[in-house]
Amino acid sequence: MTDLSTNTPETRSGIEIRNLYKIFGARPERYVEAVRKGMTKEELNDRHNHVLGLQDINLELPPGKISVIMGLSGSGKSTLIRHINGLIMPTAGEILYNGRDVVKMNEDELREFRRHETAMVFQKFALLPHRTVLENTCYGLDIQGIARSESEKVARKWIDRVGLAGYEDNYPNQLSGGMQQRVGLARALANDADILLMDEAFSALDPLIRMDMQKVLLDLQAELKKTIVFITHDLDEALRLGDKIAILRDGKLEQVGTGQEIVLRPANDYIAEFVREVNRGRVIRADTVALPLPPESERPAMTVKGHTVLEKVARRMSERDERRATVLDAKGQPIGIVDMPTILTAMVTPATAEDADEEENAA
Amino acid sequence: MASSCWGLPEFMCEFPSLSNTTLRHMRMGIDDGFRGLVRAYSDQIDAATRPLQWFLNTLENAFTNTPWFIVLALILVVVWLGSRNIKIVFGSLIGLFLIGVFGLWEDTMTTLAMVTVATMIAIVLGLPIGILMARSDRFQSFLTPTLDVMQTMPSFVYLIPVVVIFGIGKVPGVIAVVIYAIPPMIRLTNLGIRLVDKEVIEAADAFGASSRQKLWGVQLPLSLPTIMAGVNQTIMMALAMVVVASMVGVGGLGKNVLQAINNQFFTIGFLNGFALVAIAIIFDRTSQAFGKRLQKHSEAGHD
Repeated sequence: MTDLSTNTPETRSGIEIRNLYKIFGARPERYVEAVRKGMTKEELNDRHNHVLGLQDINLELPPGKISVIMGLSGSGKSTLIRHINGLIMPTAGEILYNGRDVVKMNEDELREFRRHETAMVFQKFALLPHRTVLENTCYGLDIQGIARSESEKVARKWIDRVGLAGYEDNYPNQLSGGMQQRVGLARALANDADILLMDEAFSALDPLIRMDMQKVLLDLQAELKKTIVFITHDLDEALRLGDKIAILRDGKLEQVGTGQEIVLRPANDYIAEFVREVNRGRVIRADTVALPLPPESERPAMTVKGHTVLEKVARRMSERDERRATVLDAKGQPIGIVDMPTILTAMVTPATAEDADEEENAA
Repeated sequence: MASSCWGLPEFMCEFPSLSNTTLRHMRMGIDDGFRGLVRAYSDQIDAATRPLQWFLNTLENAFTNTPWFIVLALILVVVWLGSRNIKIVFGSLIGLFLIGVFGLWEDTMTTLAMVTVATMIAIVLGLPIGILMARSDRFQSFLTPTLDVMQTMPSFVYLIPVVVIFGIGKVPGVIAVVIYAIPPMIRLTNLGIRLVDKEVIEAADAFGASSRQKLWGVQLPLSLPTIMAGVNQTIMMALAMVVVASMVGVGGLGKNVLQAINNQFFTIGFLNGFALVAIAIIFDRTSQAFGKRLQKHSEAGHD
């Protein structure tokens, strides 16, 4: 997999979560050792009346990328994202950013960290109802103590960027859900923090508006290259947004990888179950299923880029009424060919892990 | 007495109480001790209440010595600024006009001064207490029963210690009114802050707000409607209490009502009663309209 190779060398720090445990209850620190040694969630709950929120999380969130943490309700995903800005403190473990451990910060350091290095977008928007759109967008800067004359300029820029120009003086409850979340996004972006934490940010929106917002986010990210941590319970959303996806279940990481890796090689039955309903044509890329390159004379004239998803390849090919196409890598060198049957097979057959491996090797 | 009790032994027939002598000693001990304490510190108590006395007198003089039409105009301006509703202003004009016509202007001004001072004290004390209560569950669990006692204890009862400590006059009257009227202010401030959306508080935390920034920027503005309901309740209770407080020497409409009760002056009783009702309605409508205006942002909702 070459998904994580970047076009610009990355010197910024990502976020590194190490050996993180979170136990809820009256005396959580008492049970960390027992959980490390294998006490189950059920035993901890039934016998000791403590809830195991997260166990042994080890995760690297690369800088300038969108990392999606996916899981169903109760999987601990919202708990996990709140550890990154210290809204929840772990029972054990480290969260490293720029060589500093968030867990070890004192109150003042943590406040400064939240003011300058992180920004957060919430599922239910969490806007301040008594402030206008403009004032809401200024909120983070107000907290930092920046004068209104200055913060308003920044806020207006971001309101414009998220497509809310003209609504500056409206109150949040005069806006639709999608528009309110744009305010939430503008408020977070105005903070100019490197880390953007998005807690089920689009889950409360209608499907069409959600797609819209996903596009807004991807467009912004293409330019801003922030370190985004995105929480969702929707695998389609995870696959659409995530450069890296971590699947969480019952407080444990089940699989970490790119969208393709997860779709083609689910680590276990639980994930396979999830993946089955996925529109594979939007996830699998042409270079993944490409057949070996034939001699130059037999190569098809039509070319497609290797990172194009199969759905797009198929659409373009049928538009041009082509049966075969040459797959090019990022530098424009041919690396293989695809034909319609291969594409269709990859799009419709839920491939087993071995099949996927073969396809990979073929590429 | 006890003999008719199916021949049961004495202690099962009549509730075994402390003996009269014990009770008398206890009563005298407490009362004398309390009085002695008050006497010992009378200078300090005097000094402590002097600013209050001064404040009350100044405000009452301002209300009663200023020509009536100026006071009337000022009240109407305040009502307008608070409510921005011409109907309420007009209703207030009629109410105050009738009060004047029936010769109750001066007494009404005295009562108004009293209620204003008592309400201001209740707000100034009640707001921070309510904030503390919202921040500490332990403080809340201590204060809730205290407030219950303050609200259920018959108001005449705590007039007694107030009179013992402060004597007879306006100051003890105001103190009694404040004790009676402050619980809703404290309770509703507490409730309002506790009801603020947890997500919004979390957002403030996530953006690095200090607890002061959270209080002034989020908690107080968002709980303002509830706090205003508390202010409204406090005013209403203060108005009800000024009548009772007239028993310890507070003048105004309450004194007239008290005299009317003692002498069975039916007309005077009702006229003064209606004057109180008129003031209550003016206060109530104005403060409610003000509270509603503060929630301007929640109008014109989008759903």
